[in-house]
Amino acid sequence: MEANNRGTGRLPAAFLTPGSSSFMDFLSDHQPELLPGKRQLPPVQGVVEAPHGTTIVAVTFPGGVVLAGDRRATMGNVIAQRDIEKVFPADEYSAVGIAGTAGLAVEMVKLFQLELEHFEKVEGAQLSLEGKANRLSTMIRSNLAMAMQGLAVVPLFAGYDVDRGKGRIFSYDVTGGRSEEHNYSATGSGSIFARGAMKKLFRDDLTEEQATTLVVQALYDAADDDSATGGPDVARRIYPIITVITEDGFRRLTEDEASELSRSVLQRRLEEPDGPKAALL
Amino acid sequence: MSTPFYVSPQQAMADRAEYARKGIARGRSLVVLQYADGIVFVGENPSRALHKFSEIYDRIGFAAAGKYNEYENLRIGGVRYADLRGYTYDRDDVTARGLANVYAQTLGTIFSSAAEKPYEVELVVAEVGETPEGDQIYRLPHDGSIVDEHGSVAVGGNAEQISGFLDQRHRDGMSLAEALKLAVQALSRDTNGSEREIPAERLEVAVLDRTRPQQRKFKRIVGRQLSRLLEAEGAATEAESSDESEEE
Repeated sequence: MEANNRGTGRLPAAFLTPGSSSFMDFLSDHQPELLPGKRQLPPVQGVVEAPHGTTIVAVTFPGGVVLAGDRRATMGNVIAQRDIEKVFPADEYSAVGIAGTAGLAVEMVKLFQLELEHFEKVEGAQLSLEGKANRLSTMIRSNLAMAMQGLAVVPLFAGYDVDRGKGRIFSYDVTGGRSEEHNYSATGSGSIFARGAMKKLFRDDLTEEQATTLVVQALYDAADDDSATGGPDVARRIYPIITVITEDGFRRLTEDEASELSRSVLQRRLEEPDGPKAALL
Repeated sequence: MSTPFYVSPQQAMADRAEYARKGIARGRSLVVLQYADGIVFVGENPSRALHKFSEIYDRIGFAAAGKYNEYENLRIGGVRYADLRGYTYDRDDVTARGLANVYAQTLGTIFSSAAEKPYEVELVVAEVGETPEGDQIYRLPHDGSIVDEHGSVAVGGNAEQISGFLDQRHRDGMSLAEALKLAVQALSRDTNGSEREIPAERLEVAVLDRTRPQQRKFKRIVGRQLSRLLEAEGAATEAESSDESEEE
């Protein structure tokens, strides 16, 4: 086993055995100890302290979907990191944003990206968006033992469905339960506030630009009321990560774009601290 | 009980090599060329779905001639090797040299093990670098040897003649259209020297393009883009032939 991944010697039989197109299946047959879910857990008293990521938001618009996240990671009442990245491309047409235990989440994303890429290379075709969402579900389920010890990972998955020609959002619970969300969704500790903001601001006919503004407004409201969510940090030039997925594929807004968007939202909030007002009726 | 005939090791190996070479020669040849922005793979392949070229990892591509089920098996083994290595260490730790070594060991063990029939395949593993000097191309014949190639390489039945043709005409810094044109010219030549037409629908073309902004540099060239490049190729041929006539 040891020598197999050192790049010397003949490819072991497991590598040349026809089988699944899934990298996770290959790993669980060949080197199960490398899978995050297969790790032996030591007995722990109480909850393990580890940096947590907080708010991720997503909103659809005609032609695509926007997925964004704040940059703060907290450990108890301490800000563990101010510029953590919690939104990642999963492949060309999808992205995943992660709230929960940061270390495990980043590892899960890495494995998820690899899972999609591996399938694409072996099969010569991409998984359907539904298939990708189901794969992520399986991965969260395999983390259940750790989730029970307080090391939960709760992702939000968004992608452009090439077959249906529209953006779609999937949310998860700690057990891997998956549900498709319509119009908008959020996950993480600040999500209740973000969801409220999006509920009031969402419309069916948003442009891409309006949709990106909407997620910044929602993240601002989440940071306003949730201490674990960080707002745009103008002094340190740390802005939310905003990604857009359309027919043209995944795109992350450049720092300049994110900065401009955040600053214009901040500017308006100086005049109206509670943000845009929705009509009463 | 009859005693088996004594066969000298030299003879046994020569027989196995002969067997593998004949198998490879039944398939069509393919070529891999360096051009200014990367490495291009060109082959004749009537199938749209069963590929001769594919992506192994970010900067690494794979090309194979010979028996489909055998090289497909090796290809998937390579993808698993690369993905596992990248997952265990880092994406930068997956190299064409490492992959070529593993393939060489695998092919070599199979070739010299009396219990297995030799694989009837010839592989090319190529990695595109940041600059043309960083490009790596390895040719792996059926017996598990490795040949470090530069500029251009051909594998398959008619490989010797095609690489002779390419060696004379390939130069560094060709554009993609020029390299493609040269590759198609090389593949169109029959063993007896006469030329035949290969229509664009029968061509499989892929590139490792170092200028691609994505981390994954492998890209298939199909449909409109391919015909556009082949048309540009027509223009290039004319330009070149007029150059030649001037020289004359």
